[in-house]
Amino acid sequence: MWLYEKKLEYPVRVTRPNPRLAKNIITQYGGPDGELAASLRYLTQRYTMPIAQAKAVLTDIGTEELAHMEIVAALVYNLIKDAPLSEIKAAGLDGYYADHDRALYFVNAEGAPWTAAYIQSKGDPVTDLHEDMAAEEKARSTYEYLINLSDDPDATDVLRFLREREVVHFQRFGETLQLVQEYLDRRRYY
Amino acid sequence: MNGARSRLELLRRIQALEFTAIDLNLFLDTHPRERRALEDYNRVVRELAAAKREYEEAYGPLVNFGHAPSPDGWRWIDEPWPWEVEN
Repeated sequence: MWLYEKKLEYPVRVTRPNPRLAKNIITQYGGPDGELAASLRYLTQRYTMPIAQAKAVLTDIGTEELAHMEIVAALVYNLIKDAPLSEIKAAGLDGYYADHDRALYFVNAEGAPWTAAYIQSKGDPVTDLHEDMAAEEKARSTYEYLINLSDDPDATDVLRFLREREVVHFQRFGETLQLVQEYLDRRRYY
Repeated sequence: MNGARSRLELLRRIQALEFTAIDLNLFLDTHPRERRALEDYNRVVRELAAAKREYEEAYGPLVNFGHAPSPDGWRWIDEPWPWEVEN
C-alpha cells in the first residue's frame, strides 16, 4: 500500500502568477513525458520484473515520481490560482479555463489529455528497462526546454531539481538493466 | 512558538534529510553491498526519525493511516496542505 506524507519532496516557491509558464509546465503533469506517465509506467511494469532488485527499483522510482507529480502540481496550481482572466487569455489558457477553470487536469502543453498510450508494459524486462531509460532522458530534455522557457527564477530552481532526478533515475535504470541482463545470461548457461 | 524551531525551518530540515534517504535508497537498490552507503542510510534514518518526531509533536502528523499519533485532537486535517505554498 501507499502512505501519504504531508510535505513536498522539494520546496516550491511562487511569488507571482504566471499562467504562460504554467501552460508549459503542465505538460510535466499530464503530458507524454510527464510525471503521471512516469509513475504509472514504472508502477505497472514492476509486476513482471524477474529479479528482486528490479522490483525494488521500479517500486521506489515509481513512488518518487508520484512525489514529483505533486511538485509539478503545486507549481502549476500556484502559478495560475491568482492569475486574472486577462492574463489567462493572453497566455492562451482560455480554452483550458473553459473546461477546468483554475483546477488541475492531466494535459500536455497544448491541452491534449493524458492517455495510457504514452506508456508501455511489455512483459520483457529488457524491453521495459530500455523504455524506462528513454523515458528518463525524454523527461530530462523536457525539463531543459522548460528551463529555457522559464522567466521565473523560483520556478527554474524547482525545474532544475526535477531535471537532476531524471539523470539519477536514468543511471539507476541502467544499472538495473545490467543486473537483469546478467541474471538472464546466468539462466541461459545453467 | 514556545522555543520550538519554526515550522518551516523544521520542515526544510526534514525535506533535506528525507531527500538524502531517497537518494541513498535508490543507490542501495542497485548497490546493496556498499557498506558506507548503508551506514549513511542508517544514520539518516535515525536523524530523520528524530526530526519528524519533533515536528509531529508540535504540528501534528506528517503521515496518515497509523504512522504518527495525534494525542491532542485530530490534527491530520490541519492546514496548510503541501501545495499551499508559504513564502
